[in-house]
Amino acid sequence: MKSPLSAITNRLVILVPYLWLLFFFLIPFVIVFKISLSTTAIAMPPYTPVLGLADGFSGLMSQIGEFSFDNYLWLTQDALYFNAYVSSVVIAGISTFLALLVGYPIAYGMARAPATIRPTLLMLVILPFWTSFLIRVYAWIGILKPEGLLNQLLLGTGIIDQPLVILNTHTAIFIGIVYSYLPFMILPLYSALEKMDYSLIEAAQDLGCPPIAAFWKITFPLSLPGVIAGCLLVFIPAVGEFVIPDLLGGSQTLMIGKTLWNEFFANRDWPVSSAVAVILLLLLVVPIMFFQQAQARAQEEGR
Amino acid sequence: MKSLGNIRREFAPWNKPDAKPYIQFKNVTKRFGDFTAVNNLSLSIYEREFFALLGASGCGKSTLLRMLAGFEEPTSGQILLDGQDLRGIPPYRRPVNMMFQSYALFPHMTVEQNIGFGLKQDGMARADIDTRVAEMLKLVKLSQFAKRKPHQLSGGQRQRVALARAVAKQPKVLLLDEPLGALDKKLREETQFELMDLQQTLGLTFVVVTHDQEEAMTMADRIAILDKGEVMQVATPAEVYEAPGSRFVADFVGNINMFEGKVADRDGAGATIASANGVTIRTANAGDAAAGSEVAFAIRPEKIKVSSKKPESGDNVMEGEIYDIAYLGDMTIFHVQLGNGQVVKASSLNATRATEDPLSWDDKAWISFRNDAGVVLTR
Repeated sequence: MKSPLSAITNRLVILVPYLWLLFFFLIPFVIVFKISLSTTAIAMPPYTPVLGLADGFSGLMSQIGEFSFDNYLWLTQDALYFNAYVSSVVIAGISTFLALLVGYPIAYGMARAPATIRPTLLMLVILPFWTSFLIRVYAWIGILKPEGLLNQLLLGTGIIDQPLVILNTHTAIFIGIVYSYLPFMILPLYSALEKMDYSLIEAAQDLGCPPIAAFWKITFPLSLPGVIAGCLLVFIPAVGEFVIPDLLGGSQTLMIGKTLWNEFFANRDWPVSSAVAVILLLLLVVPIMFFQQAQARAQEEGR
Repeated sequence: MKSLGNIRREFAPWNKPDAKPYIQFKNVTKRFGDFTAVNNLSLSIYEREFFALLGASGCGKSTLLRMLAGFEEPTSGQILLDGQDLRGIPPYRRPVNMMFQSYALFPHMTVEQNIGFGLKQDGMARADIDTRVAEMLKLVKLSQFAKRKPHQLSGGQRQRVALARAVAKQPKVLLLDEPLGALDKKLREETQFELMDLQQTLGLTFVVVTHDQEEAMTMADRIAILDKGEVMQVATPAEVYEAPGSRFVADFVGNINMFEGKVADRDGAGATIASANGVTIRTANAGDAAAGSEVAFAIRPEKIKVSSKKPESGDNVMEGEIYDIAYLGDMTIFHVQLGNGQVVKASSLNATRATEDPLSWDDKAWISFRNDAGVVLTR
């Protein structure tokens, strides 16, 4: 039988993640949402109304009355925001697909490697995290720029005679995102592939299925939870990515993270940038919910 | 000695000189690095035979099966199936199917889809697949579970799905890797007979790998006993038990008492054996053991009688003391220590509820056995 004390400690343990969510997600979100309903002002902070009880309760009520959804309306009127959202989703989608194409063979190779060297391979995948993300993205400028390492190599070996223009294009953004987020793709894929029983492949072959067909009929369907997890882990942060498009994509790249940064720091329009952030969050909640549903279903099926 | 044939049915192609083997291993060797799993092994298996590969783990029995299935290629030697050399033929083009030890059921497919998987690979028409799958489900009595996923089945049901999937394609040979290993004892005994019936019904050649000698004895027409990648003996269950070819086989299958010694005298088929620890044994059949050669006399515990009084007659009578008693319900195993210190195991069937001749620890006892009860082993 459980003692009353242990029942209380059990509840406290459950309380910890909820408190975490409350303080570090819900409260900041409410603050951002509140700012998104305000109007920009030349003041400190740069918006009105600032809620306070200086004018008593009726003053607070009249301040709340000043809230409006004008900023959200504004987002629909200027095509810039819509285009930025769409472009972000497209760039993140393509990058995610490319990361899957690159990550799957790597994860597969790791899962099929001798058990003794798997920890080493895993270590190598995680190793880049030991260096600052920002420095690694800067390094890509040095590689991709017209007089950079890649072009020098290709020109030197005579494969091309004109330097390739990669930096400040979408290609550079794809390279940057795939490179930066690849471990998030590989790790869930690896964990899905590694626990797969290899005798299933042998059984498929035994029943007349050639290796490539066996991959599509057995291996791939069984790795789907890993594929979904990996894709969401890459897609969600990639949509809101700011550093990579800013450093590698050049000025003409339209991504919502950059737009948000511009609104916030260049225009000092906190309310509009807050509205952008709220919409971005809603945009990302959909795939997260999809992910959770997929996970719950997988759990139900006992895998 | 009476011939020890197959005791189950009239089926013994291996005794017919003109019978052609269906599966032939010819001087097959398989090495993994510097480990030799199978060493220059030759073996013939006949059509419609239920053949068991029996041995301890690491004896190479699974490697043999995997080479038949095509998952491993022999390092040297040849494997023939129905006259065709199997070298270089990938697993998905071999007319054999395997039932895996882990069952290897596809977790994302229903029972139906699992059983129909191989048929679909062959490009069979949809309607034909459905008919065949229904037939297979009926055969293994799982018709009402067709739409279930493997994780919704019990261990015994999964085993039957794996079996149905492996026989659905009507392979020339069915390979079974420890088919009953994951089942509990009761279910295992039932399933042994189901497998035998299935083999009779389908008329397929079965090759089963097992480490369980009872399983092999129950099911197989013939058993190959393997040790360190080599065949020690290939024979019917009765021959393996009653006429083991070597000390290893005698010791590996069932319980046995061994008397190491020399042939003191030969007279006709029989011989007198003087054991190294001072026991003299009369045996009616000494095979080709030459006088003076080193041999072992081996005798099964159930062929030794234990009594508290000295038997009036008997070919071999020895005096001893009860050292240990193991009461198993259906029988009792006595460990009798002879005058020379050797402990002999003797089992007696408890045919009546009360023992007429109660023997207890440290009692004086006599053991006796007939002169045709044991075998003389030269190897």
